[in-house]
Amino acid sequence: MWYLFAAFSIVWIVIFLYVLSVSRRQRELAREVETLRQTTQKEPASPSS
Amino acid sequence: MKKYSPFNYVILPWLTAAAMLTALAMVFLYVPNERVQGAAQRIFYIHLPSAWMAFLGFFIVAGASAAFLWQGKRSADLLAQAAAEVGMVFCTLVLLTGPIWARPIWGVWWTWDPRLTMTLVLWLIYAAYVLLRVFAGDTETVARYAAVLGIIGVIDIPILYIAIRLWRGIHPKVEQMAPEMAWTLLVCTGAFVCLFTWLLWLRLQSLHLRNDIIGLRKHILVSL
Repeated sequence: MWYLFAAFSIVWIVIFLYVLSVSRRQRELAREVETLRQTTQKEPASPSS
Repeated sequence: MKKYSPFNYVILPWLTAAAMLTALAMVFLYVPNERVQGAAQRIFYIHLPSAWMAFLGFFIVAGASAAFLWQGKRSADLLAQAAAEVGMVFCTLVLLTGPIWARPIWGVWWTWDPRLTMTLVLWLIYAAYVLLRVFAGDTETVARYAAVLGIIGVIDIPILYIAIRLWRGIHPKVEQMAPEMAWTLLVCTGAFVCLFTWLLWLRLQSLHLRNDIIGLRKHILVSL
């Protein structure tokens, strides 16, 4: 039974860590997209335009 | 920006969680022990679906890579990238659960059985693919090299399947099983399909976001 618990624990840990890493990366990227969008929206007001 | 889809954001994660918990309950509470291997045999219900999901991921890589080489569509390349990473996660699970199952049954954690060796080779091929995408930059040339690697790598899967017949390994084959075992395998496979779809969608979302960032940066550079 020990091996069964070990196998299932590993599967759940690996999946959990992967989901955590993907959602963290996604949050950072979404924040960056938002910053870049704000930069592009400010452009028309700049003196060069 | 992509449209908000309640299926992907709400239904799919909850469906995946429910399916995974049902599969877990069936493995621990419903399915009987196998006569010879005992409780350790129940690892089979996560080991086999993990292998199938890894193969599915790598077949998607090959298909999307072929579409990218044929039509040059960026979306196909992004799909290949996402499927390779998710396929790697499941292939890693196969390589982790396999030795835990092998130890009580064969008495060793690892043996150079043809199927085990070919699975390790498969993992190494797609690890090379993922490393290439992460460290070689995001250029058209890298995408094309990776696409070729993604297509060539999938050839390992049929070899892996016929490996038992070709070289007579000790890896077990699924021949007949009791109805309870077949039902449990079916539910576990369904749960892993949900999980695979959700992870693929999650990864694809972040790759699309990264693609948006590249586009916005170009736009800013041009307008400066």
